[in-house]
Amino acid sequence: MITRMILTRLGVAVLTLLIVSVVVFVATNMLPGDVAQIVLGQAATPEAVAGLRKAMHLDQPAVFRYIIWLGGMMTGNPGTSLVNDIPIVTLIGGRLHNTLLLAGVTAAFSVPIALALGITAAMWRNTLYDRLVSFATIAVVSVPEFMVATIAVLIFAVRLHWFPALSFANDVHSLGELLRVFAMPVISLSFVVSAQMIRMTRAALIDTLGQPFVEMATLKGAGRVRAVLTHALPNAIGPIVNAVALSLSYLLGGVIIVETIFNYPGIAKLMVDGVATRDMPLIQTCAMIFCLGYLALVTVADICAILANPRLRYK
Amino acid sequence: MTKHTDTIPETRRRMLGAGSLTISVVGAMCFCIILFWVVIALIGPWLAPYPIGKIVSMDVFTSPSRDYLLGTDYLGRDMMSRIILGARYTVGVSIAAAFIACTIGVALGMISAVLGGWFDTIVSRGIDALIAIPHLMFGLVIIAAIGSSLPVLVGTLAFLYFPGSFRIARALAVNINELDFVQVAKARGEGFFYTVREEILPNMIGPVLADFGLRFVFIVLLLSGLSFLGLGVQPPNADWGALVRENVSGLAYGAPAVIMPSLAIASLTISVNLAIDNLPRRLRDRLP
Repeated sequence: MITRMILTRLGVAVLTLLIVSVVVFVATNMLPGDVAQIVLGQAATPEAVAGLRKAMHLDQPAVFRYIIWLGGMMTGNPGTSLVNDIPIVTLIGGRLHNTLLLAGVTAAFSVPIALALGITAAMWRNTLYDRLVSFATIAVVSVPEFMVATIAVLIFAVRLHWFPALSFANDVHSLGELLRVFAMPVISLSFVVSAQMIRMTRAALIDTLGQPFVEMATLKGAGRVRAVLTHALPNAIGPIVNAVALSLSYLLGGVIIVETIFNYPGIAKLMVDGVATRDMPLIQTCAMIFCLGYLALVTVADICAILANPRLRYK
Repeated sequence: MTKHTDTIPETRRRMLGAGSLTISVVGAMCFCIILFWVVIALIGPWLAPYPIGKIVSMDVFTSPSRDYLLGTDYLGRDMMSRIILGARYTVGVSIAAAFIACTIGVALGMISAVLGGWFDTIVSRGIDALIAIPHLMFGLVIIAAIGSSLPVLVGTLAFLYFPGSFRIARALAVNINELDFVQVAKARGEGFFYTVREEILPNMIGPVLADFGLRFVFIVLLLSGLSFLGLGVQPPNADWGALVRENVSGLAYGAPAVIMPSLAIASLTISVNLAIDNLPRRLRDRLP
């Protein structure tokens, strides 16, 4: 039963990825202009343009081009950049690693803090502490990511002089330097991701606190801390893991802004630069990587919810 | 029996009365701020003290002074004029996009819910897939493909946010569709569009309006993000996100030219969020 549900969920994810790939392909091929002409420039001879059109399969129907494109994506061969003829795999290689590192450090940093804040806010619900946390998270959720980053720079770099403001060094020699370089991007991203995570964790726990078995524990004399930690928390693990995975998907939007602000050499910065030069194959590939990451997180969230539902476990 | 029916409204009134006074003050303040920005967006050109592109001062990144109430930007242009005129783009584009997104989403959601069957299945599955597209990333793809102009921005933002609106509208309409008065309307032979327009829509208008506000906030944030990346509203015009981008070099000095447009965005989005939170419960909740 539970295996079948998870397999179905994975099947839905694959199907979704296919539909998303169609949407990305259609969106990037909407422009009526001739890509071959754009690549070769105004001075190209008609023969050269015709040759390139053939090489790029532009003379074939769109469905055929989509299948070739999808095949290339799936076999790890998304083509070469239109701007500098470097294979896209080479361009992305190291940068994907940088972005994953940034995302990983942010997650390792923000998940424990967010969980602690969310759980304590639910534990001391309706106190001044809870209100402060709730207001702060609403404020962070309602402002753009770049504003969170600029405020972080104002506080930590301009006022406190703890970290360099808007520079990113490519050659990092020591652990200390690594920390300084990572600090501002990680702090900014953590704020963006944690705010959502705190809100959802608090909501999930409060939901469980309203259940009859928690009331029963309280009636039997358990204090508020004990009722939350030993009775409510174990039963809220599922929704909380779900909330964590969903909040981490906010990394994908945040990372685009943060990498641009701090000039961080990751895949999101590569994509934003690709938009400026209209390097379509590069943009398509980055877009598919982003969609894959997002889908993976959402699917993990759903599977956690399935696994954590005890009613399904014993059927 | 009469006693029973009498007491319910009274307890409810008392429950609302206890908390509603303080709540409505916050809500009213938020509505005032929202109204303020909408009015500024409408009458901006008559309010701005200087033309939008005019360099009025030799000093860049100045602090507020009597001539330039919000200081000057990185070229020495008047910041207050630029923020007033930027309101047109941030508020105008976002309202237009949110309106289109909600209209399409709600219409499609209601049709899906009432028709049901294979139409509902296909539309719902397709839209589930669209929800799995990261918004900012897809904005980049569209702008890269067709370039940035106001119609493209409005269209892209509407496309990205109608799926969420569809989901909520469909969930609401599915519930209402099961209620007796809708079944009665169908049984007495009312047509499809009459049922949707006269029976279902009026009963979900509150939550739909609340959802419109939320979508407006998301769209303001995304538009600001795109403009901040230089892909939204193009120079010499600028929305608030673009104003932050232009002046980001003043960040190291804490110049008001960076802070003021950020505050403008925050005041608008936080107000809408808080206003929705403080709507009367009857209006906001999922079912009337």
